[in-house]
Amino acid sequence: MPAVSLQHISKTYNKGTVKAVNSVSFDVNKGELFGLIGPDGAGKTTIFRILTTVLLPDQGEATVEGLDVVKDFKTIRRKVGYMPGKFSLYQDLTVSENLTFFATIFKTSIKENYDLIKDIYDQIKPFSDRPAGKLSGGMKQKLALCCALIHKPDVLFLDEPTTGVDAVSRKEFWEMLQRLKQQGISILVSTPYMDEASLCDRIALIQNGNILSVDTPQNIISNFPAPLYAAKAKNFYQLLKDFRSDPAVESCYAFGEYLHLTFKDAGNCDQLMQQLRDKYQPAEFEYKKTVPTIEDSFIRLMQQTIP
Amino acid sequence: MKRLGFILQKEFRQIFRDRTILAMMFMLPIIQMVILPLAANFEVKNINVAFVDHDHSTYSRRLMDKIASSGYFRIVGYEQGYREALYLVEKNEADVILEIPQGFERNLVREGSQQVNMTVDAINGTKSSIGGGYLTAVLGDFNSSLDVITRMPQNTADLKAPPIEVTWSDWFNPRKEYKYYMVPGILVLLLTMIGGFITALNIVKEKEIGTIEQINVTPIKKWQFILGKLIPFWIVGMIVFTVGLTVMYVVYGIFPKGSIAVLYLFGAVYLVALLGFGLLISTFSDTQLQAMFVAFFFMMIFTLMSGFFTSIDSMPPWARQISVLTPVTHFIAVVRLIVLKGSGLEHVRMELYYLIGFALLLNGLAIYNYRKTS
Repeated sequence: MPAVSLQHISKTYNKGTVKAVNSVSFDVNKGELFGLIGPDGAGKTTIFRILTTVLLPDQGEATVEGLDVVKDFKTIRRKVGYMPGKFSLYQDLTVSENLTFFATIFKTSIKENYDLIKDIYDQIKPFSDRPAGKLSGGMKQKLALCCALIHKPDVLFLDEPTTGVDAVSRKEFWEMLQRLKQQGISILVSTPYMDEASLCDRIALIQNGNILSVDTPQNIISNFPAPLYAAKAKNFYQLLKDFRSDPAVESCYAFGEYLHLTFKDAGNCDQLMQQLRDKYQPAEFEYKKTVPTIEDSFIRLMQQTIP
Repeated sequence: MKRLGFILQKEFRQIFRDRTILAMMFMLPIIQMVILPLAANFEVKNINVAFVDHDHSTYSRRLMDKIASSGYFRIVGYEQGYREALYLVEKNEADVILEIPQGFERNLVREGSQQVNMTVDAINGTKSSIGGGYLTAVLGDFNSSLDVITRMPQNTADLKAPPIEVTWSDWFNPRKEYKYYMVPGILVLLLTMIGGFITALNIVKEKEIGTIEQINVTPIKKWQFILGKLIPFWIVGMIVFTVGLTVMYVVYGIFPKGSIAVLYLFGAVYLVALLGFGLLISTFSDTQLQAMFVAFFFMMIFTLMSGFFTSIDSMPPWARQISVLTPVTHFIAVVRLIVLKGSGLEHVRMELYYLIGFALLLNGLAIYNYRKTS
């Protein structure tokens, strides 16, 4: 039995005019760290809200720990931990008051599950008498994670936990998730950052309410069908325009300081690259063959679904 | 049940942490009850009167002295002609003009009657009608005490029909003091604010900040959440009611003539009704600003239609219907009856039924709507 399972879940807003989630299906296995990767507005939060039983799906079925999200919502609420994307703890209560409150409403105490949150709680302990609203962004996230964990949930739902958090805190946060995974908690996490995808066991790429692909990050990368090249020149914008209009180029997009491009004919790419250089004669031109990332896969999948 | 206890603990912690709201809740009754009845007063004083005396006689001067010494009028001018006096009215300096015609004294003595001209500025309705009334009363008094009349031979008086003299005494508020009327009303408004406003804002705050999202994914049941919000404010409301009653006694010396227990019974039921009203507003609103405006809209209507300022009996029939349909009306009536008149429970039973009805209706609607929205 998977920890979380979705079958053809659909949800529309504004009386059907806005399609937030369109027939989404995927499973999260027990003890897995599963990433839901997609840009803002892709439907990540809607999926989270359906799974945490605060929103009813229009169509489809979903289960959490084998329990139906519509019928058994009461039992699910006892078994899951949810950390909404927006900081949702009481800003006027202190760190320890927040934690105590969420422990008591789950009929448990901080002591009982202290070992679970110890690593995280130790970091915010010096501020335990500070109102939650006066914590820094990273600290708030740690507190929210503590509150979501305090009742030892079977499944943890983290909606964009690292959005708006600095790079160091993000790294720490993912290390914490790895440790939680070792404790046997199934984790569903969403993020708009593609670089975080490789930290998950499996990921689902989502765009405009549609699932593009569900697989391990390695598989998604290795399934990238064509050799990928990175190129740059002095006049970056001219190069982008030239390459995009060239009939031999299949796709071309800016990626950091380089352009990433693939060719329609995947057989003799090196030769094609030389031809491009001779054709446009860009100044300070350099190119290399590169390894695709999740983002490359995402962009490719996105372009395939949107003709 | 234990869970509700923890929720209540959290709510009280939050209430006591917000110093501004806390101060408002407890200072509000004291400040309002001390300031409002003293400042807002229906008694009209300082009516500005301008005289135009064409007679310049002993009688005319005596009339003017009498008016000036009554304590209600302020003489703003002795003008040469009516036109000049009217100019004072136009400048908003005079409210009433009294024009005494030439031959005032002569005609009074000879003919036994004389007309004077009174012109009243009617822009401020209350002031003009009451001011005009006062002036007429002073004139009537002057009339009856004129020595031409008192010196009349006694035997001639027999020829006239004996006049009917009207005299009166005011019950339950013998000196017709405004504060007795006003203070119990303010007490009611205070409870209305606590029950209606603060509860609505508090619940909507959880929506606005997003904490309700986290609460929803916990085993907290809806009734626990709602009771967790209503009970603290019910208690706060009862404390404010007590503070209000204390201020009423200490500052104004008004002690309820009727049973305090009945008063508290009504207060308790009334608060439940108003808390339901606050809850109902919160189900409609997503932001505190929205809730504030909706609550304010109803609070204005409730206050103006409740008989707090103006008598319900003098309203047109349709307005009287609306007035009956606002809970504030019934509670204000009851508080006045119990505090001033000393009515017992058997006299105000109907009002209690009304309030219980409101409590059931408003809370029922709120809970129904609350279910629907989520």
